[in-house]
Amino acid sequence: MTGTEHYQKLQDIIKIYLPEDVSADNISEESHLINELNINSANLVDIVLDVEDAFDIRLENEDMDQMETVKDALQIIDKKLSEV
Amino acid sequence: MGKRVVVTGLGVCAPNGIGLNDFTKALKEGTSGIRFDKQLQDLKFGCQIAAEPQLDEALINQYFTPLQLRGLNASGILYGVIAGTDAWKDAGLSISEKETPDWDSGIIFGTGILGVDKFRESIHLVDAQNVRRLGSTTVLQTMASGISAYLGGIFGCGNQVTTNSSACTTGTEGILMAYDRIVSGKAKRILTGSCSDSGPYVWGGFDAMRILPRQYNDNPTEASRPMSANAAGFVPGSGAGALVLESLDSALERGAKIYAEVLGGAVNSGGQRGEGSMTAPNSNAVQRCIKDAVDSAGIQSSEVDTINGHLTATAKDPTEIKNWTKALNRTGADFPYVNSFKGLFGHCLAASGSIESVGAVLQFKEGQVFGNINCEEIHPEILELIEVDKIPRKTIVHKPKIVAKASFGFGDVNACVIFKAFND
Repeated sequence: MTGTEHYQKLQDIIKIYLPEDVSADNISEESHLINELNINSANLVDIVLDVEDAFDIRLENEDMDQMETVKDALQIIDKKLSEV
Repeated sequence: MGKRVVVTGLGVCAPNGIGLNDFTKALKEGTSGIRFDKQLQDLKFGCQIAAEPQLDEALINQYFTPLQLRGLNASGILYGVIAGTDAWKDAGLSISEKETPDWDSGIIFGTGILGVDKFRESIHLVDAQNVRRLGSTTVLQTMASGISAYLGGIFGCGNQVTTNSSACTTGTEGILMAYDRIVSGKAKRILTGSCSDSGPYVWGGFDAMRILPRQYNDNPTEASRPMSANAAGFVPGSGAGALVLESLDSALERGAKIYAEVLGGAVNSGGQRGEGSMTAPNSNAVQRCIKDAVDSAGIQSSEVDTINGHLTATAKDPTEIKNWTKALNRTGADFPYVNSFKGLFGHCLAASGSIESVGAVLQFKEGQVFGNINCEEIHPEILELIEVDKIPRKTIVHKPKIVAKASFGFGDVNACVIFKAFND
Protein backbone atom coordinates (compact mmCIF):
# COMPACT_ATOMS: atom_id res chain seq x y z
CA MET A 1 0.00 0.00 0.00
CA THR A 2 1.36 3.44 -0.93
CA GLY A 3 1.04 6.65 1.03
CA THR A 4 -1.70 7.84 -1.32
CA GLU A 5 -3.64 4.66 -0.73
CA HIS A 6 -3.34 5.10 3.02
CA TYR A 7 -4.58 8.65 2.74
CA GLN A 8 -7.50 7.55 0.58
CA LYS A 9 -8.43 4.82 3.02
CA LEU A 10 -8.22 7.18 5.99
CA GLN A 11 -10.35 9.77 4.21
CA ASP A 12 -13.04 7.17 3.64
CA ILE A 13 -13.02 6.38 7.35
CA ILE A 14 -13.10 10.01 8.47
CA LYS A 15 -15.87 10.97 6.03
CA ILE A 16 -18.57 9.16 7.94
CA TYR A 17 -17.82 11.05 11.16
CA LEU A 18 -18.08 14.53 9.65
CA PRO A 19 -20.97 16.67 10.87
CA GLU A 20 -23.62 17.39 8.26
CA ASP A 21 -22.30 20.85 7.46
CA VAL A 22 -18.72 19.76 6.78
CA SER A 23 -18.12 18.26 3.35
CA ALA A 24 -15.59 15.53 2.60
CA ASP A 25 -13.82 18.06 0.31
CA ASN A 26 -12.68 19.85 3.45
CA ILE A 27 -10.43 16.95 4.44
CA SER A 28 -6.77 17.64 3.81
CA GLU A 29 -3.61 16.26 5.33
CA GLU A 30 -3.32 19.36 7.48
CA SER A 31 -6.91 19.19 8.84
CA HIS A 32 -7.28 19.07 12.59
CA LEU A 33 -9.87 16.38 13.27
CA ILE A 34 -11.71 18.14 16.08
CA ASN A 35 -10.94 21.84 15.63
CA GLU A 36 -11.26 22.04 11.86
CA LEU A 37 -13.34 19.10 10.74
CA ASN A 38 -15.59 19.52 13.80
CA ILE A 39 -15.63 15.81 14.50
CA ASN A 40 -17.22 15.01 17.86
CA SER A 41 -14.35 14.10 20.16
CA ALA A 42 -16.30 11.03 21.34
CA ASN A 43 -16.03 9.67 17.80
CA LEU A 44 -12.21 9.64 17.88
CA VAL A 45 -12.36 6.25 19.55
CA ASP A 46 -14.52 4.98 16.69
CA ILE A 47 -12.09 6.34 14.12
CA VAL A 48 -9.29 4.51 15.95
CA LEU A 49 -11.24 1.25 15.83
CA ASP A 50 -12.03 1.69 12.14
CA VAL A 51 -8.35 2.41 11.43
CA GLU A 52 -7.36 -0.74 13.33
CA ASP A 53 -9.74 -2.80 11.22
CA ALA A 54 -8.83 -1.18 7.92
CA PHE A 55 -5.06 -1.44 8.37
CA ASP A 56 -4.96 -4.50 10.58
CA ILE A 57 -2.95 -2.75 13.28
CA ARG A 58 -3.47 -1.98 16.94
CA LEU A 59 -3.40 1.55 18.27
CA GLU A 60 -2.67 2.29 21.91
CA ASN A 61 -4.10 5.09 24.03
CA GLU A 62 -0.91 7.15 23.52
CA ASP A 63 -1.34 6.84 19.75
CA MET A 64 -4.83 8.18 20.01
CA ASP A 65 -3.67 11.11 22.13
CA GLN A 66 -1.18 12.08 19.43
CA MET A 67 -3.69 11.80 16.63
CA GLU A 68 -4.75 15.42 16.22
CA THR A 69 -4.54 15.95 12.48
CA VAL A 70 -5.01 13.72 9.46
CA LYS A 71 -1.26 13.85 8.97
CA ASP A 72 -0.68 12.67 12.58
CA ALA A 73 -2.94 9.72 11.91
CA LEU A 74 -1.10 8.82 8.71
CA GLN A 75 2.25 8.95 10.48
CA ILE A 76 1.02 6.70 13.26
CA ILE A 77 -0.41 4.25 10.73
CA ASP A 78 2.89 4.16 8.82
CA LYS A 79 4.83 3.65 12.01
CA LYS A 80 2.60 0.78 13.12
CA LEU A 81 2.74 -0.86 9.69
CA SER A 82 6.53 -0.67 9.65
CA GLU A 83 6.63 -2.42 13.04
CA VAL A 84 4.58 -5.37 11.80
CA MET B 1 -56.97 26.81 36.23
CA GLY B 2 -54.34 24.75 34.43
CA LYS B 3 -53.69 24.76 30.72
CA ARG B 4 -55.86 22.59 28.47
CA VAL B 5 -53.87 19.88 26.70
CA VAL B 6 -54.46 18.43 23.25
CA VAL B 7 -52.89 15.81 21.00
CA THR B 8 -51.46 17.40 17.85
CA GLY B 9 -49.22 14.69 16.46
CA LEU B 10 -49.13 10.89 16.26
CA GLY B 11 -46.51 8.42 15.09
CA VAL B 12 -46.26 4.67 15.30
CA CYS B 13 -43.92 1.83 14.51
CA ALA B 14 -46.08 -1.20 15.19
CA PRO B 15 -45.85 -4.87 14.28
CA ASN B 16 -48.92 -4.57 12.04
CA GLY B 17 -48.14 -1.21 10.48
CA ILE B 18 -45.46 1.47 10.39
CA GLY B 19 -46.79 5.01 9.95
CA LEU B 20 -50.32 6.22 10.57
CA ASN B 21 -51.78 5.12 7.22
CA ASP B 22 -50.71 1.51 7.39
CA PHE B 23 -51.44 1.25 11.10
CA THR B 24 -54.94 2.73 10.78
CA LYS B 25 -55.71 0.40 7.88
CA ALA B 26 -54.50 -2.62 9.85
CA LEU B 27 -56.61 -1.68 12.88
CA LYS B 28 -59.69 -1.12 10.74
CA GLU B 29 -59.32 -4.33 8.82
CA GLY B 30 -58.11 -6.47 11.69
CA THR B 31 -54.71 -7.23 10.14
CA SER B 32 -52.41 -9.13 12.48
CA GLY B 33 -48.74 -8.35 13.03
CA ILE B 34 -48.00 -11.64 14.76
CA ARG B 35 -45.64 -13.96 12.93
CA PHE B 36 -43.66 -17.16 13.37
CA ASP B 37 -40.16 -16.36 14.67
CA LYS B 38 -37.44 -18.69 13.47
CA GLN B 39 -34.91 -17.40 16.01
CA LEU B 40 -37.24 -18.31 18.90
CA GLN B 41 -37.64 -21.78 17.42
CA ASP B 42 -33.88 -22.22 17.06
CA LEU B 43 -33.46 -21.18 20.68
CA LYS B 44 -36.09 -23.71 21.77
CA PHE B 45 -38.60 -21.24 23.15
CA GLY B 46 -41.99 -22.64 24.07
CA CYS B 47 -43.59 -19.67 22.35
CA GLN B 48 -42.11 -19.33 18.86
CA ILE B 49 -44.21 -16.45 17.62
CA ALA B 50 -43.82 -12.73 18.13
CA ALA B 51 -45.03 -9.36 16.93
CA GLU B 52 -42.22 -7.22 15.58
CA PRO B 53 -42.30 -4.14 13.29
CA GLN B 54 -41.15 -5.04 9.77
CA LEU B 55 -38.33 -2.59 9.13
CA ASP B 56 -36.15 -2.48 6.06
CA GLU B 57 -32.95 -0.65 5.26
CA ALA B 58 -34.57 1.91 2.96
CA LEU B 59 -37.02 2.92 5.68
CA ILE B 60 -34.32 3.11 8.36
CA ASN B 61 -32.18 5.32 6.12
CA GLN B 62 -34.98 7.88 5.97
CA TYR B 63 -34.70 8.45 9.72
CA PHE B 64 -31.02 8.00 10.52
CA THR B 65 -27.76 9.40 9.17
CA PRO B 66 -25.01 6.94 8.22
CA LEU B 67 -23.13 8.11 11.32
CA GLN B 68 -26.11 7.40 13.60
CA LEU B 69 -26.41 3.94 12.08
CA ARG B 70 -22.73 3.14 12.66
CA GLY B 71 -22.72 0.26 15.14
CA LEU B 72 -26.38 0.86 16.03
CA ASN B 73 -27.78 -2.38 17.42
CA ALA B 74 -30.73 -1.29 19.53
CA SER B 75 -34.08 -2.05 17.94
CA GLY B 76 -35.94 0.07 20.50
CA ILE B 77 -34.03 3.14 19.33
CA LEU B 78 -34.95 2.39 15.71
CA TYR B 79 -38.64 2.05 16.58
CA GLY B 80 -38.68 5.03 18.93
CA VAL B 81 -36.93 7.40 16.53
CA ILE B 82 -39.23 6.36 13.67
CA ALA B 83 -42.41 6.83 15.73
CA GLY B 84 -41.14 9.99 17.43
CA THR B 85 -39.99 11.63 14.19
CA ASP B 86 -43.30 10.83 12.53
CA ALA B 87 -45.27 12.32 15.43
CA TRP B 88 -43.13 15.45 15.43
CA LYS B 89 -43.64 15.94 11.69
CA ASP B 90 -47.32 15.04 11.90
CA ALA B 91 -47.71 17.86 14.42
CA GLY B 92 -46.16 20.22 11.88
CA LEU B 93 -43.22 21.00 14.16
CA SER B 94 -39.83 21.98 12.86
CA ILE B 95 -36.35 21.07 14.02
CA SER B 96 -34.73 23.82 16.06
CA GLU B 97 -31.79 25.69 14.64
CA LYS B 98 -28.23 24.73 15.23
CA GLU B 99 -27.33 27.09 18.04
CA THR B 100 -30.44 27.39 20.20
CA PRO B 101 -32.59 24.64 21.69
CA ASP B 102 -36.38 24.93 21.74
CA TRP B 103 -36.88 25.68 25.44
CA ASP B 104 -40.64 25.08 25.27
CA SER B 105 -40.49 21.52 23.91
CA GLY B 106 -39.50 18.40 25.80
CA ILE B 107 -39.37 14.63 25.51
CA ILE B 108 -40.80 12.06 27.90
CA PHE B 109 -40.17 8.80 26.11
CA GLY B 110 -40.18 5.59 28.11
CA THR B 111 -38.80 2.11 27.76
CA GLY B 112 -38.45 -1.05 29.83
CA ILE B 113 -34.96 -1.96 28.75
CA LEU B 114 -32.98 -0.54 25.85
CA GLY B 115 -30.32 -1.79 23.50
CA VAL B 116 -30.40 -5.38 24.69
CA ASP B 117 -28.61 -6.65 21.58
CA LYS B 118 -25.94 -3.98 21.93
CA PHE B 119 -25.54 -4.94 25.56
CA ARG B 120 -25.09 -8.57 24.60
CA GLU B 121 -22.46 -7.54 22.03
CA SER B 122 -20.65 -5.58 24.77
CA ILE B 123 -20.78 -8.43 27.27
CA HIS B 124 -19.02 -10.69 24.79
CA LEU B 125 -16.32 -8.09 24.13
CA VAL B 126 -15.82 -7.35 27.82
CA ASP B 127 -15.59 -11.02 28.73
CA ALA B 128 -13.01 -11.49 26.00
CA GLN B 129 -10.89 -8.74 27.63
CA ASN B 130 -11.61 -6.52 24.68
CA VAL B 131 -13.35 -3.61 26.34
CA ARG B 132 -11.32 -1.19 24.22
CA ARG B 133 -13.34 -2.31 21.18
CA LEU B 134 -16.77 -1.21 22.52
CA GLY B 135 -16.84 2.04 20.55
CA SER B 136 -18.34 5.34 21.58
CA THR B 137 -22.07 4.56 21.42
CA THR B 138 -22.42 1.52 23.68
CA VAL B 139 -23.44 3.69 26.61
CA LEU B 140 -25.90 5.75 24.57
CA GLN B 141 -27.56 2.67 23.17
CA THR B 142 -27.86 0.79 26.43
CA MET B 143 -28.79 3.55 28.87
CA ALA B 144 -32.56 3.57 29.40
CA SER B 145 -32.73 7.25 28.52
CA GLY B 146 -30.93 6.59 25.23
CA ILE B 147 -34.23 6.92 23.41
CA SER B 148 -35.11 10.32 24.84
CA ALA B 149 -31.52 11.40 24.30
CA TYR B 150 -31.61 10.47 20.61
CA LEU B 151 -34.97 12.18 20.07
CA GLY B 152 -34.05 15.26 22.09
CA GLY B 153 -30.92 15.67 19.99
CA ILE B 154 -32.70 15.22 16.67
CA PHE B 155 -35.28 17.93 17.41
CA GLY B 156 -33.17 20.16 19.65
CA CYS B 157 -35.55 20.07 22.62
CA GLY B 158 -34.58 22.31 25.52
CA ASN B 159 -37.30 21.46 28.02
CA GLN B 160 -37.31 18.30 30.15
CA VAL B 161 -35.82 15.35 28.26
CA THR B 162 -36.30 12.11 30.16
CA THR B 163 -37.29 8.47 30.08
CA ASN B 164 -39.89 6.91 32.34
CA SER B 165 -40.12 3.21 33.12
CA SER B 166 -43.00 1.38 34.75
CA ALA B 167 -43.18 -1.96 32.95
CA CYS B 168 -46.24 -2.32 30.73
CA THR B 169 -47.71 0.91 32.10
CA THR B 170 -44.80 2.95 30.73
CA GLY B 171 -46.45 4.40 27.60
CA THR B 172 -49.68 5.44 29.29
CA GLU B 173 -47.84 6.82 32.29
CA GLY B 174 -45.66 8.91 29.95
CA ILE B 175 -48.74 10.56 28.45
CA LEU B 176 -49.86 11.60 31.92
CA MET B 177 -46.40 12.87 32.85
CA ALA B 178 -46.42 14.99 29.70
CA TYR B 179 -49.96 16.13 30.48
CA ASP B 180 -48.98 17.25 33.99
CA ARG B 181 -46.01 19.21 32.74
CA ILE B 182 -48.09 21.07 30.17
CA VAL B 183 -51.06 21.67 32.50
CA SER B 184 -48.72 23.30 35.00
CA GLY B 185 -47.27 25.55 32.30
CA LYS B 186 -43.76 24.11 32.57
CA ALA B 187 -43.70 23.10 28.91
CA LYS B 188 -45.70 24.04 25.82
CA ARG B 189 -45.36 20.69 24.21
CA ILE B 190 -43.93 17.28 24.98
CA LEU B 191 -43.20 14.45 22.61
CA THR B 192 -44.23 11.45 24.67
CA GLY B 193 -44.24 7.77 23.84
CA SER B 194 -42.41 4.57 24.55
CA CYS B 195 -40.47 1.84 22.84
CA SER B 196 -39.56 -1.75 23.47
CA ASP B 197 -36.74 -3.81 21.93
CA SER B 198 -37.34 -7.01 19.99
CA GLY B 199 -35.77 -10.36 20.51
CA PRO B 200 -35.18 -13.43 22.60
CA TYR B 201 -33.24 -11.64 25.33
CA VAL B 202 -36.22 -9.41 26.06
CA TRP B 203 -38.88 -12.08 25.69
CA GLY B 204 -37.06 -15.05 27.23
CA GLY B 205 -37.99 -14.23 30.81
CA PHE B 206 -41.67 -14.22 29.92
CA ASP B 207 -41.36 -17.57 28.16
CA ALA B 208 -39.70 -18.92 31.30
CA MET B 209 -42.68 -17.73 33.35
CA ARG B 210 -44.92 -19.88 31.09
CA ILE B 211 -47.22 -16.97 30.40
CA LEU B 212 -46.80 -16.94 26.60
CA PRO B 213 -48.95 -19.12 24.33
CA ARG B 214 -47.21 -22.34 23.23
CA GLN B 215 -49.83 -24.04 21.09
CA TYR B 216 -50.05 -21.51 18.25
CA ASN B 217 -46.59 -21.80 16.73
CA ASP B 218 -48.15 -23.04 13.49
CA ASN B 219 -50.97 -20.57 13.64
CA PRO B 220 -49.53 -17.25 14.82
CA THR B 221 -52.31 -14.85 13.86
CA GLU B 222 -54.77 -16.72 16.07
CA ALA B 223 -52.54 -16.83 19.13
CA SER B 224 -53.48 -13.58 20.84
CA ARG B 225 -57.04 -13.91 22.08
CA PRO B 226 -58.04 -11.07 24.42
CA MET B 227 -61.36 -11.56 26.22
CA SER B 228 -61.73 -14.97 24.62
CA ALA B 229 -62.94 -18.10 26.41
CA ASN B 230 -59.74 -19.81 25.29
CA ALA B 231 -57.22 -17.01 25.82
CA ALA B 232 -53.84 -18.72 26.03
CA GLY B 233 -51.42 -16.05 27.18
CA PHE B 234 -49.93 -12.90 25.68
CA VAL B 235 -47.86 -12.84 22.52
CA PRO B 236 -44.58 -10.95 23.00
CA GLY B 237 -44.24 -7.84 20.89
CA SER B 238 -42.13 -4.77 20.30
CA GLY B 239 -42.25 -1.37 18.62
CA ALA B 240 -42.99 2.21 19.57
CA GLY B 241 -45.79 4.73 19.67
CA ALA B 242 -45.50 8.50 20.00
CA LEU B 243 -47.83 11.41 20.66
CA VAL B 244 -47.20 15.14 20.67
CA LEU B 245 -49.08 16.66 23.59
CA GLU B 246 -49.41 20.41 23.49
CA SER B 247 -51.18 23.20 25.32
CA LEU B 248 -54.38 24.16 23.54
CA ASP B 249 -53.13 27.75 23.42
CA SER B 250 -49.98 26.71 21.59
CA ALA B 251 -51.87 24.41 19.23
CA LEU B 252 -54.35 27.16 18.30
CA GLU B 253 -51.57 29.70 17.90
CA ARG B 254 -49.78 27.39 15.47
CA GLY B 255 -53.00 26.45 13.70
CA ALA B 256 -52.14 22.79 14.39
CA LYS B 257 -54.62 20.01 13.73
CA ILE B 258 -56.03 18.54 16.91
CA TYR B 259 -56.77 14.83 17.25
CA ALA B 260 -58.24 14.90 20.74
CA GLU B 261 -58.08 16.61 24.09
CA VAL B 262 -56.42 14.94 27.07
CA LEU B 263 -58.83 15.59 29.92
CA GLY B 264 -56.74 13.99 32.63
CA GLY B 265 -55.97 10.64 34.12
CA ALA B 266 -54.43 8.86 37.06
CA VAL B 267 -51.55 6.60 37.99
CA ASN B 268 -51.27 4.51 41.12
CA SER B 269 -50.03 1.23 42.52
CA GLY B 270 -51.66 -1.58 44.41
CA GLY B 271 -48.59 -1.75 46.59
CA GLN B 272 -48.39 -5.53 46.04
CA ARG B 273 -50.86 -5.83 48.89
CA GLY B 274 -54.13 -7.72 49.07
CA GLU B 275 -54.49 -9.74 45.84
CA GLY B 276 -51.79 -7.57 44.27
CA SER B 277 -48.29 -8.98 43.78
CA MET B 278 -45.22 -8.33 41.69
CA THR B 279 -47.05 -9.82 38.71
CA ALA B 280 -50.77 -9.59 39.55
CA PRO B 281 -52.81 -6.40 39.93
CA ASN B 282 -54.64 -5.46 43.06
CA SER B 283 -58.19 -4.94 41.76
CA ASN B 284 -58.97 -2.27 44.33
CA ALA B 285 -56.06 -0.23 43.01
CA VAL B 286 -57.13 -0.74 39.39
CA GLN B 287 -60.66 0.43 40.18
CA ARG B 288 -59.36 3.35 42.14
CA CYS B 289 -57.06 4.34 39.28
CA ILE B 290 -59.94 4.34 36.78
CA LYS B 291 -62.21 6.27 39.17
CA ASP B 292 -59.48 8.81 39.88
CA ALA B 293 -58.90 9.21 36.15
CA VAL B 294 -62.60 9.94 35.59
CA ASP B 295 -62.63 12.43 38.48
CA SER B 296 -59.45 14.08 37.26
CA ALA B 297 -61.05 14.50 33.83
CA GLY B 298 -64.01 16.29 35.39
CA ILE B 299 -66.54 13.99 33.76
CA GLN B 300 -69.14 11.50 34.96
CA SER B 301 -68.36 7.82 34.51
CA SER B 302 -71.52 7.61 32.38
CA GLU B 303 -69.82 9.77 29.75
CA VAL B 304 -67.14 7.23 28.88
CA ASP B 305 -68.34 5.61 25.66
CA THR B 306 -65.25 3.70 24.55
CA ILE B 307 -62.60 1.78 26.48
CA ASN B 308 -59.26 0.60 25.17
CA GLY B 309 -58.26 -1.95 27.76
CA HIS B 310 -54.98 -3.46 28.83
CA LEU B 311 -56.52 -6.92 28.17
CA THR B 312 -53.47 -9.00 27.41
CA ALA B 313 -55.21 -12.29 26.52
CA THR B 314 -54.54 -14.11 29.76
CA ALA B 315 -56.92 -15.57 32.32
CA LYS B 316 -56.93 -12.13 33.96
CA ASP B 317 -59.03 -10.48 31.24
CA PRO B 318 -62.37 -11.17 32.99
CA THR B 319 -60.95 -9.57 36.14
CA GLU B 320 -60.04 -6.46 34.20
CA ILE B 321 -63.56 -6.20 32.73
CA LYS B 322 -64.99 -6.65 36.20
CA ASN B 323 -62.78 -3.83 37.45
CA TRP B 324 -64.04 -1.53 34.69
CA THR B 325 -67.68 -2.38 35.51
CA LYS B 326 -67.10 -1.61 39.17
CA ALA B 327 -65.04 1.53 38.63
CA LEU B 328 -67.51 3.01 36.15
CA ASN B 329 -70.51 1.47 37.91
CA ARG B 330 -71.82 0.29 34.58
CA THR B 331 -72.73 -3.19 33.35
CA GLY B 332 -74.66 -4.99 30.64
CA ALA B 333 -75.90 -2.84 27.78
CA ASP B 334 -74.91 0.28 29.73
CA PHE B 335 -71.22 -0.64 29.49
CA PRO B 336 -69.06 1.32 26.97
CA TYR B 337 -67.63 -0.28 23.85
CA VAL B 338 -64.41 -2.06 24.74
CA ASN B 339 -61.53 -3.22 22.60
CA SER B 340 -58.03 -4.59 22.95
CA PHE B 341 -55.52 -4.15 20.14
CA LYS B 342 -53.37 -6.93 21.55
CA GLY B 343 -55.29 -9.44 19.44
CA LEU B 344 -53.62 -7.77 16.45
CA PHE B 345 -50.08 -7.09 17.65
CA GLY B 346 -49.65 -8.90 20.92
CA HIS B 347 -48.26 -7.26 24.00
CA CYS B 348 -45.59 -4.73 23.07
CA LEU B 349 -44.60 -4.46 26.76
CA ALA B 350 -43.20 -1.00 27.55
CA ALA B 351 -44.37 0.15 24.11
CA SER B 352 -47.90 -1.18 24.52
CA GLY B 353 -49.40 1.86 26.26
CA SER B 354 -48.18 4.32 23.63
CA ILE B 355 -48.91 2.21 20.53
CA GLU B 356 -52.38 1.43 21.86
CA SER B 357 -53.00 5.07 22.80
CA VAL B 358 -52.15 6.10 19.24
CA GLY B 359 -54.72 3.56 18.04
CA ALA B 360 -57.27 4.68 20.64
CA VAL B 361 -56.91 8.33 19.56
CA LEU B 362 -57.14 7.44 15.86
CA GLN B 363 -60.66 6.23 16.57
CA PHE B 364 -61.76 9.87 17.01
CA LYS B 365 -60.41 10.77 13.58
CA GLU B 366 -61.95 7.75 11.90
CA GLY B 367 -65.29 7.93 13.72
CA GLN B 368 -64.94 4.23 14.41
CA VAL B 369 -64.25 1.75 17.17
CA PHE B 370 -61.69 -0.72 15.85
CA GLY B 371 -62.70 -4.36 16.07
CA ASN B 372 -61.38 -7.11 18.34
CA ILE B 373 -60.11 -10.29 16.72
CA ASN B 374 -59.80 -13.85 17.97
CA CYS B 375 -62.67 -13.62 20.44
CA GLU B 376 -65.43 -15.38 18.53
CA GLU B 377 -66.24 -17.11 21.79
CA ILE B 378 -66.10 -14.54 24.55
CA HIS B 379 -65.13 -15.63 28.04
CA PRO B 380 -68.32 -16.59 29.92
CA GLU B 381 -67.35 -14.54 32.97
CA ILE B 382 -67.15 -11.46 30.75
CA LEU B 383 -70.57 -12.18 29.26
CA GLU B 384 -72.00 -12.26 32.77
CA LEU B 385 -70.85 -8.67 33.17
CA ILE B 386 -71.44 -6.92 29.86
CA GLU B 387 -73.51 -7.24 26.69
CA VAL B 388 -71.81 -9.09 23.87
CA ASP B 389 -72.43 -6.14 21.50
CA LYS B 390 -70.11 -4.02 23.61
CA ILE B 391 -67.17 -6.08 22.33
CA PRO B 392 -67.15 -5.29 18.59
CA ARG B 393 -65.70 -8.22 16.67
CA LYS B 394 -65.47 -6.04 13.57
CA THR B 395 -64.71 -2.34 13.27
CA ILE B 396 -67.91 -0.39 13.79
CA VAL B 397 -69.03 3.14 12.98
CA HIS B 398 -69.21 5.02 16.27
CA LYS B 399 -67.96 8.51 16.92
CA PRO B 400 -66.33 8.27 20.34
CA LYS B 401 -66.78 11.26 22.63
CA ILE B 402 -64.77 10.00 25.56
CA VAL B 403 -62.17 7.24 25.32
CA ALA B 404 -60.63 5.76 28.46
CA LYS B 405 -57.30 3.98 27.95
CA ALA B 406 -55.68 1.96 30.72
CA SER B 407 -52.45 0.02 31.12
CA PHE B 408 -51.28 -2.14 33.99
CA GLY B 409 -47.81 -3.45 34.69
CA PHE B 410 -45.54 -5.69 36.74
CA GLY B 411 -44.87 -4.15 40.12
CA ASP B 412 -48.65 -3.71 40.52
CA VAL B 413 -48.67 -0.33 38.77
CA ASN B 414 -51.61 1.21 36.92
CA ALA B 415 -52.31 4.14 34.61
CA CYS B 416 -55.52 5.39 33.02
CA VAL B 417 -55.84 8.36 30.67
CA ILE B 418 -59.04 10.03 29.46
CA PHE B 419 -59.19 11.39 25.90
CA LYS B 420 -62.06 13.52 24.62
CA ALA B 421 -63.17 14.31 21.08
CA PHE B 422 -62.09 17.86 20.28
CA ASN B 423 -64.75 20.01 18.68
CA ASP B 424 -64.47 23.47 20.13
